Amino acid sequence: MTPLLEVRDIRKTYGSFVGCTDVSFDLYPGEVMGIVGESGSGKSTLLNCLAGHLEPDQGQVVFDTLADGPVDTVTMSEPERRMLSRTDWAFVHQHARDGLRMSVSAGGNIGERLMAVGDRHYGNIRDRAIDWLGRVEIKEDRVDDRPTAFSGGMQQRLQIARNLVTGPRLVFMDEPTGGLDVSVQARLLDLLRGLVREMGLSAIIVTHDLAVVRLLADRLMVMKDGHVVETGLTDQVLDDPQHAYTQLLVSSVLQV
Amino acid sequence: MYVAVKGGERAIDNAHAWLAEERRGDTSVAELSTDQIREQLSLAVNRVMAEGSLYDPDLAALAIKQSRGDLIEAIFLIRAYRTTLPRFGASLPVETADMACDRRISATFKDVPGGQVLGPTFDYTHRLLDFKLAADGEVAPAATSEPRTEPTPHVTGFLGQDGLIQDETPSDETPRDITREPMSYPADRATRLQNLTRGDEGFILSLAYSTQRGYARNHAFVGELRIGKVAVEMEIPELGFAIEIGEMELTECETVNQFAGSKTEPPQFTRGYGLVMGQTERKAIAMALVDRALRWKELGEDFLGAAAQDEEFVLSHSDNIQATGFLEHIKLPHYVDFQAELELVRKLRAEAEQNVATKEAAE
Amino acid sequence: MSDQNYNFAYLDEQTKRMIRRAILKGLAIPGYQVPFASREMPMPYGWGTGGVQVSAATLTPDDTFKVIDQGADDTTNAVSIRKFFERTANVATTEETAKADVIQTRHRIPEAELREDQILVYQVPIPEPLRFLEPRETETRKMHALEEYGLMHVKLYEDISQHGAIATSYAYPVKVEGRYVMDPSPIPKFDNPKMDMPAIQLFGAGREQRIYAVPPYTKIVSLDFEDYPFEATKAEHACDLCGSTHSYLDEVILDDQGNRMFVCSDTDYCRSRRAAGHVGRLGTENELEASA
Repeated sequence: MTPLLEVRDIRKTYGSFVGCTDVSFDLYPGEVMGIVGESGSGKSTLLNCLAGHLEPDQGQVVFDTLADGPVDTVTMSEPERRMLSRTDWAFVHQHARDGLRMSVSAGGNIGERLMAVGDRHYGNIRDRAIDWLGRVEIKEDRVDDRPTAFSGGMQQRLQIARNLVTGPRLVFMDEPTGGLDVSVQARLLDLLRGLVREMGLSAIIVTHDLAVVRLLADRLMVMKDGHVVETGLTDQVLDDPQHAYTQLLVSSVLQV
Repeated sequence: MYVAVKGGERAIDNAHAWLAEERRGDTSVAELSTDQIREQLSLAVNRVMAEGSLYDPDLAALAIKQSRGDLIEAIFLIRAYRTTLPRFGASLPVETADMACDRRISATFKDVPGGQVLGPTFDYTHRLLDFKLAADGEVAPAATSEPRTEPTPHVTGFLGQDGLIQDETPSDETPRDITREPMSYPADRATRLQNLTRGDEGFILSLAYSTQRGYARNHAFVGELRIGKVAVEMEIPELGFAIEIGEMELTECETVNQFAGSKTEPPQFTRGYGLVMGQTERKAIAMALVDRALRWKELGEDFLGAAAQDEEFVLSHSDNIQATGFLEHIKLPHYVDFQAELELVRKLRAEAEQNVATKEAAE
Repeated sequence: MSDQNYNFAYLDEQTKRMIRRAILKGLAIPGYQVPFASREMPMPYGWGTGGVQVSAATLTPDDTFKVIDQGADDTTNAVSIRKFFERTANVATTEETAKADVIQTRHRIPEAELREDQILVYQVPIPEPLRFLEPRETETRKMHALEEYGLMHVKLYEDISQHGAIATSYAYPVKVEGRYVMDPSPIPKFDNPKMDMPAIQLFGAGREQRIYAVPPYTKIVSLDFEDYPFEATKAEHACDLCGSTHSYLDEVILDDQGNRMFVCSDTDYCRSRRAAGHVGRLGTENELEASA
């Protein structure tokens, strides 16, 4: 089987500071990869390099496109990359504000990707927006409200709906539960787990929260100081950590 | 019976005639000559030349007279005239180091080679209305002394000798001409400076002021402000060398700003630059502050979201002729568009009322 | 009475050539905004300097020129621009649409269908249809280049969800030949369907330094939704002077009792209909003489 994403030897530095280096892995369709590490470990830098928000100093991020098969997204043209990011890719930001249009209604937020790829039927767009609101547990009568009127957890759910409405083939998530209350986090995680299973999503999730990867990720990559220190199946890594840093990481949190 | 309004042409002619009469004012008061304007309202003349981008005091004086003292209108007249002028070529860059300074001050040193020269400044006047001027404006001649003949060195040059201020990379590249090429972004510094030097004094002043109040503060010292005459030279191809074709008065301001540096590079002061035609001190200082604020990217500073740092915002709104034209055009008839809006609002209101009625009927 | 102090049509030949190059480029890429080095004209920015420069670069000495503002030849700005070209180009001018070779307009398209041998020059205040969604030129140019027009429909979506209808009544954005989204200048949306026409359409924005163009018979689609289609609306009345039921109307307030009348915004169209014997609710047979 062709991997959906082949990451080869990614390196990104800021002056003399190493953001991330020597990162390579394959992601297969339907697979969820978790990237964990403390803040400053380079996991967000890596995610932004993979998603095309940052240009890596070296390396390849080869995506299996529908039209042309595997293509290196680092060297592809900006129009092609932007096209990818509004069709086959989705990006869920840690802060919902960064991923939503705050002055546009919930329906408009969800509908934007549909309209961007050519949907021109208001009724259909609205129906799908309402359907997706339901799937992320937001009441239908909020469809014309702006996200500014939503709680933090609702905003994050709206952001997820906005990203998943076009059925992306690969979702990048940057600390999707970060900044939310614990009870809100649990509900969001539950929701995400449901969506991942139901849609068979392929995703790369960056988080410092091991509970998130325990629930969502098939495989895990542990990062420290810009390097990958351990990889493996999630349960394997969490239950039998090999690297000293991973052991520390696992022991320092409550078991879930 | 309704007859569509006619006679626009006659109305315009009559308005122009009335305007001319108003411009002249009470005919029992002597008419103002353009010589008087040039000599006695010289700072107005300077502003019109600077923002009109045309160094011609006589034409600027005429424009001020014709515009009834509305300086933006006068600048407009000069700009429209300037566009029609043939271009013979470009002068060599003027040497401000060779300027015959009327005024030259530095805020960064108590004294500097060449001296602190106050020159004709308002700075230390007490702002008390001088009622004598209303009766008799004649004044006794001011004291004079022998002019210095040697060049007056730039203050930033002294800092530069010790590597204390950042060097600007010299370039022989011909700067683009913003009156002959459409603006595009990002703009290089030469383009930005061109835009600022002809930008509206009030706009540049307010932006500069905003940086002082903390909207992208870059802590400026006036390293040097100099006003005086410089020679304008032009290369004549037939002769094969440059000759002086005239002289012009300029105001130049170099600010010494907050230092930059890193672990690898020792800290250095940075510069802002203002150069404006005529004696236009406020504008030159303001220009230097805004120039410095716009350099955040090249100096590795953060974009703080301040207006003065935002190149596209500053450069696309600095021109008062563009601004006033667009602002004032909204007084032109817009009744066709307004009619379209009117129909739409009526339709939406009718639908909204209909919805309410149906809802009430249902309940 | 041409003013000998100025070159034909005011601008120097080199400038006119520069503008013609921009026009040709615009015609080659319909709907694309071509940057051009707009000159400072002896009239204010925002008052038609873009249209005037395009007209100056388009007119030849044998042409007949017509200028309308709000559809009328006799509005002050139209008079002023017409006079400018009478003075600097000594061209013949007309108020009759059919007799004009070049028509400069602000805010309207004439009612009578234009011909292949005519050129319509629009005055444009803000050429960028995305400007009010994204103020930055650097961003909007990228959005055009990458055909990222989703945001445009988000705006229309918001209109419908808020008002039940698309709440844009003039300067209604169009898609040109399936590629560029274009601002048709602030014409009422009633005029949009007319843009698919035999004449050449040129758009000049002086202050914003842009020229764009629509070649004859170019497909122009007003943005809409399948279930909320674009509607070319006007006041639901007939012209009170000529009785026309299919021309765009101005509403005139007659008194403080709320009485109004509706008259054609295209004054030449109304005049020619009345000359042909059409009479509206408040028109009379002999009014032409009365107003002459």
